[in-house]
Amino acid sequence: MALLFDIKRYAINDGPGIRITLFFKGCPLNCIWCHNPEGISSEKEKMYTLRKCIGCCTCVKACPNEALTFTSEGIVTDANRCKLCGKCAEVCPTMAMEISGTEYSVDFLMKEIEKETVFFDQSEGGVTFCGGEPLMHPDLLKKLLIICGQRGIHRVVDTSLFAKPELVLEIALLSDLLLVDLKMMDSGKHRYFCGVPNELILSNIRMIAEVGIPFSVRIPLIKGVNTDKENITRTAEFLASLPGNRPEVALLPYHDIAKNKHGKLGSIYNPDEVPMSTPSEEEIHHIREIFLRHGITATVGG
Amino acid sequence: MNLNIGGIKTDGSDGVTEVSYIMLEVLEEIHLLQPGCSIHVSSRTPDRFLREGCKVIRQGHGYPSVFNTDTYVNELLRQGKSLHDAREGGCSGCIEVGAFGKEAYLLTGYLNVPKILEVTLHNGVDPVTGKRASIETGDPLTFKSYEDLYAAFIKQLHYIVDMKIRVNNYIDKMFAKYAPATLLSVVTEDCITKGRDYYNEGPRYNTSYIQCTGLGTTTDSLSVLKKHVFEDKTIPMEKLLYAVDCNFAGEEALRQFILNRTPFFGNDDAYADEIAVKVYDDLYDSIEGKPNTKGECFHLNMLSTTCHVYFGKVMGATPNGRLAGKAISDGTSPSHGADTHGPSAVVKSLGKLDQVKSGGTLLNQRFMPSLLKRESDVVKLTQLIRSYFALGGHHIQFNIVDTATLKAAQATPEDYRDLLVRMAGYSDYFNDMNDDLQQDVIARTENEAF
Repeated sequence: MALLFDIKRYAINDGPGIRITLFFKGCPLNCIWCHNPEGISSEKEKMYTLRKCIGCCTCVKACPNEALTFTSEGIVTDANRCKLCGKCAEVCPTMAMEISGTEYSVDFLMKEIEKETVFFDQSEGGVTFCGGEPLMHPDLLKKLLIICGQRGIHRVVDTSLFAKPELVLEIALLSDLLLVDLKMMDSGKHRYFCGVPNELILSNIRMIAEVGIPFSVRIPLIKGVNTDKENITRTAEFLASLPGNRPEVALLPYHDIAKNKHGKLGSIYNPDEVPMSTPSEEEIHHIREIFLRHGITATVGG
Repeated sequence: MNLNIGGIKTDGSDGVTEVSYIMLEVLEEIHLLQPGCSIHVSSRTPDRFLREGCKVIRQGHGYPSVFNTDTYVNELLRQGKSLHDAREGGCSGCIEVGAFGKEAYLLTGYLNVPKILEVTLHNGVDPVTGKRASIETGDPLTFKSYEDLYAAFIKQLHYIVDMKIRVNNYIDKMFAKYAPATLLSVVTEDCITKGRDYYNEGPRYNTSYIQCTGLGTTTDSLSVLKKHVFEDKTIPMEKLLYAVDCNFAGEEALRQFILNRTPFFGNDDAYADEIAVKVYDDLYDSIEGKPNTKGECFHLNMLSTTCHVYFGKVMGATPNGRLAGKAISDGTSPSHGADTHGPSAVVKSLGKLDQVKSGGTLLNQRFMPSLLKRESDVVKLTQLIRSYFALGGHHIQFNIVDTATLKAAQATPEDYRDLLVRMAGYSDYFNDMNDDLQQDVIARTENEAF
């Protein structure tokens, strides 16, 4: 069993063809701009959507720990009392109250994946394991990769590569393509923005390139964080220095859409108020040129 | 009228020519309201043609619609047309197909299927008018099981369809006698050789269709009854009937529970889809093969045109949480907003219906422009269509969501629960977003319009 926070069908941004994407819960990184903040914690979490709440207070009555109160700002949860038992989410008629994170078995997930077979066949698509960080669930991930391999289903793993090299190699050899996230080259900055240093990530990228495993690189472009010329040049130099073919690079311009999910989780988005913004078309153009000078074609969007 | 582009030739080979591409180009330039236009795709149709068609779809004018030639040729063959005539056929109006120039295929009237369930739940009385509309099939409070309820529904269905056919046949006789269609008789094959009018057995084929509307609304309502009333027993029948009769006034929590906690059609959910398949097959059984006045017979069609709006107006609330007066679902599309698992799940659900049994099914699919941004996205749309057609789909058309739709979604979120906002690494339902973000998505949609 493993904890997932979403299963997305008709996924068209997560690898070739029409795909189904499984979002594993839990991530060793904690990037301040994270689009899916409910993917960071490896525990179940409560999410509350104010605009769905009709104020019926069914949850307040159902809570065995008296953790909920109804206020002018909707339902407020007392984190000290809440045991995450999920009773509130079970009874909530509008699903304003939800528990993010559901335990799934290999059998169940294979059934979900194979529901999409007709689309895989028509589009050369397949399954993408994403997160959070799928490598935090190695046992279940390996089983799924092996079964999908046996059944001819194309496998993509979208990973931060912040994991032991042995595990990375094992997973990589069971995959058809890796999507590797690369945020920035400076390890100190990486630690500040993402919670961990980046040496392990960079050495893992070099390792999979040396072994010859197909991978492409996804880089979020966040003005104020990593779009400066120095970082982009260092990134391009690093990728150009790797053995084998130049990897494909996808640039993902930043958006502060994650604010919404932080609202649901009751957490605060970007608490240190780091200035972050979307780079302009012109800036993106310059960034692509830098990559091109290093022999790398960078596309925009996943 | 419907401009058919593509399809196959009478020898079964691909019918796409240079002219087909020119027509698509012209369509892209002139924003045509009438006649409707469609592209016809068989397993032999080149990908390039489908791709060019999808580029026009992306413009967001709601056309061309897309037809599966392989499926409808089978439909026409099943009804007894020759292979040559079936291959020369196509769509002449919305989604109904026929043998062009050789057939009078008359749409003899729409059937409000959710109304039949409404009448069943009121033991033969129409609760909107308070008048007896059909036979008594039992007080629903006395039903012991879902099977009892379903049997009553089927009894009502057969009674109403048989009555409809009697009336249709009477009208058809009047047409034959008092309203000859001379011009049509001149241009429709066999009328002159037979010496008979278009409305009076003149054409080579004489088909009568009954068009059933509201498969989604019916399925979802039955799913609520089956799951919550009879299986889980979370909602007593009495309470549900009361809530429906008072249009869910004061029962918003119950209505939300129904909307959010019931398997609905269009999600590739076996529970709901099995009900849909059963209803569809039973509609077929009630209509198929009943004699018309021309020595031929009635067939099932799943066309709604705009009747689902009118039919909704003459109905009270339905057990699936739909409020009184609101439109019922169209053709075979899922109920508005009930399909929350994306377009691949929708076509999987529709693919479970044995569509060759009908003379046409209808699938309207809403699409966010962000799903069609790049050229590769257009290719994936063609693959989605190919997948649906591999599953035996008859027709699909796409309404590209515009800012007006998003504003409507802000006003009535429950009808738009299917709107998924997707970007790389992120996905959320439009309804779940706060006001600021909704405004932001509206602004982006404006920019992404083509």
